[in-house]
Amino acid sequence: MTDFSNQPESANTIHTGVAARRRLKARYRSEWIFKTLSFSAIGVSIAFLLFLFTTIFVQGWPAFTYNFVQLPLELNETTIGNQNGISPESIHNADYDAIVRTAIRAQFPQVSGRSAKRALSGLVSPGAPVLLREALIEDPEQLNGQKPLSLPLSDFADLYLKGQISHSEYRTGTAPVNIEASSGNFQISGTALLSALKNFTNPALQGAQQENSAFNAGIALDRDMPSILFYANGGVLKLETLGPGFASARALLPLTLTKNPEVVDWQIRLIEVPEANRNFSDQEIVWTDALVERQLVQSQFNTLFFTKGASREPEMAGILGAVVGTALTLIVTLSLSFPLGVAAAVYLEEFAPRNRWTALVEVNINNLAAVPSIVFGLLGLAVFLTFFGMPRSAPLVGGMVLALMTLPTIIIASRAALRAVPPSIREAALGIGASKMQVVLHHVLPLAMPGILTGTIIGMAQALGETAPLLMIGMVAFVVDIPGGFTDPATVLPVQIFMWADFPEPAFQQRTSAAIMVLLAFLVAMNALAVVLRKQFERRW
Amino acid sequence: MKTSLTVLAIALASFGSLMTGVALAQSRDQLQIVGSSTVFPFATSVAERFGQTTGFPTPIIESTGSGGGLKLFCAGVGTNTPDIANASRRIKNSEIETCIANGVTPVQVRIGFDGIVLANSKSGPEFNLSREQIFSALARNIIVEGKPVANPYRQWSEIDPSLPDVAIEVLGPPPTSGTRDAFVELVMHEACQDGIEENKCGDIREDGVYVDAGENDNLIVQKLAANSSAIGIFGFSFLDQNADTLHGAIVDDVKPEFENIAAGTYPIARSLYFYIKKEHVGVIPGIVEYALTFTSEGAAGEDGYLGEKGLIPLSDEDRQTVIADINNLTPVQKY
Repeated sequence: MTDFSNQPESANTIHTGVAARRRLKARYRSEWIFKTLSFSAIGVSIAFLLFLFTTIFVQGWPAFTYNFVQLPLELNETTIGNQNGISPESIHNADYDAIVRTAIRAQFPQVSGRSAKRALSGLVSPGAPVLLREALIEDPEQLNGQKPLSLPLSDFADLYLKGQISHSEYRTGTAPVNIEASSGNFQISGTALLSALKNFTNPALQGAQQENSAFNAGIALDRDMPSILFYANGGVLKLETLGPGFASARALLPLTLTKNPEVVDWQIRLIEVPEANRNFSDQEIVWTDALVERQLVQSQFNTLFFTKGASREPEMAGILGAVVGTALTLIVTLSLSFPLGVAAAVYLEEFAPRNRWTALVEVNINNLAAVPSIVFGLLGLAVFLTFFGMPRSAPLVGGMVLALMTLPTIIIASRAALRAVPPSIREAALGIGASKMQVVLHHVLPLAMPGILTGTIIGMAQALGETAPLLMIGMVAFVVDIPGGFTDPATVLPVQIFMWADFPEPAFQQRTSAAIMVLLAFLVAMNALAVVLRKQFERRW
Repeated sequence: MKTSLTVLAIALASFGSLMTGVALAQSRDQLQIVGSSTVFPFATSVAERFGQTTGFPTPIIESTGSGGGLKLFCAGVGTNTPDIANASRRIKNSEIETCIANGVTPVQVRIGFDGIVLANSKSGPEFNLSREQIFSALARNIIVEGKPVANPYRQWSEIDPSLPDVAIEVLGPPPTSGTRDAFVELVMHEACQDGIEENKCGDIREDGVYVDAGENDNLIVQKLAANSSAIGIFGFSFLDQNADTLHGAIVDDVKPEFENIAAGTYPIARSLYFYIKKEHVGVIPGIVEYALTFTSEGAAGEDGYLGEKGLIPLSDEDRQTVIADINNLTPVQKY
């Protein structure tokens, strides 16, 4: 290039002139723009995908672990047995609600009052008695108490322990303060408390931080203010008012007071989210912390999520029912649409004469591929449920509706795959005397199989993510029991995700993301199977 | 390889045809329940415990909306029709007629109250509204200088200077929803302005100020968190569960709180119901037992677990009447 430009005599030729070089430059530039655009298209898609995956992963990850509590349970003749002692029957019928309630109340014997007791019992999941019963029925050996039984905490206690209720700040006392009990309340006095409070930079406490004015004027720390807890002598106080030179407080966890009111070793804690704005009170926070301190709480892998069906309690809600339902539905879909689709494609491609009728069939198959899926649901409702009287909410009907939906996809992909097999293969087989059927079954179909399988997997992946057609045939339903057969009521993964997204309890948001991860894993597994099968059947010619 | 492939194809084909040919046994032993999305969270809670504590299988519950559920319910008698329909409003006379025409006798079970709240994000202004102001904000036509005109208001402050100066933007349930029916009845009809025809009172404006947000109340809650000036209309249970991000508007000087709804002072509260198909009692096991579990002290009583899910309980006296109706299977009367 530089060589040419240095030679004046060739400067005027059509390929090397000034205009030509400008044209060339413009061509290079547009090529560069084109390349950059295509590249950034990929970049943008990857960025979106990464963003999606990170959000789902970050939200869903906490759902894979759960906090369980191992309470010393009273499992003996009086609680489990009846007049004939402990028998399988008495294990079935025992009052497990009472056993769990007694166990948690035994941890905090000082708690009195109906609502406080209820709140305390509420720390353990309402599903805990059910799980306890199941565990004992399955293995009565556990009655001897050798192995401690883990029971799930409530959903809010779990969210708190995962740090999703509120952020807390701690300040340790630098100098002693005095604590005195006065008519059920406690008075904390000493300048060290004020200086510790001043340390917090929370805007809601600005008043308290301005010089000494707050202590002098006095402010009430009501439910709309951040909570301040005071830890000393093994107990917890909640600050209620800041008065001139002192703070009055209420005990959340009893503390031992000695004759000497001076307390050297103390700590205060600021819970940033005001009590009114969370569903987990200061009292519940203190109880939960105490259970953790007594080493009764353990964060474990959330097996419940993978072994249970749907539930209204987030901690008891599992994905297994939906996974089994999806598997059953897809088995029906595959076993109907694959043979029908491949057979239809083989006939249309290899045997059918080219005439107006086959053209009409072809156009209609292509049209069917573009029909909105809800229409197939309506068809299922009208034909399978109303006309044939098949059961509502059954994977059998769901599979049949989804098979109708995936058929066109499979037929179109299979026909393309069959067409891609070179005619020379057919001619050679026919040439050595094979029948038409032998040509198709022995030569063409095996060679087309990778393409057919790709089409089938695409169709199945589409069916996996479908909810609209299932709405009409009653598979968008709350189903607790895990389906055991093709006619049992069931639901599918996308429906489960949709329903969890709709439940008001915040812990279900995590479950939703976790379920999406399971759905993606299902999809990846299916695609991996397709890749393996394709490699298995792949031929080159 | 080739033969195995053929065998596989044939096996799949025969399995497929076998599946379709399966004789469909028509006995059903679990309850099928359809209906309101407002009752759905309560019904599912009861159903789950019902399955856990009794010998009956857990009922199957679909959330179809009150109207859709009653349509399925009234379609006829037989195992492929639902046994129970949940409704966030009373059954309409026309629906009772359809039911009777199809041989269905509905038995009414009232389970409690639900308040309809207008709530917005905590980062937005607090609203203190009267029902008249809500009507002025949402009606399609309002009276200006004695004549009905298309609703001109765009800002809350245009309705009343005491209201915040933010754009009117309301996310609410679609017309198929029982919540919408109850809202229209309790607010739009109650606060209807003189001069608007009786049957036009319930018309809600369609110029983009009121947005149909679908049956998914959680979606409304999430949209409110993202848009601080928008107000959402939904059931009290969703406000209760999302108290950390939302605050409810005060209506006619009453705060949307549990006590106020239970005491009947909060103006926008309605009863929740479900309907039992009398013909299925004794055919499908567990119908009466389910209804009794639902109305038991431990569930719908004053301290029952449904209270934690946001249901406002009936008084004990009313609950006993309901239980008596279940035991006698008293058919619902037209009104």
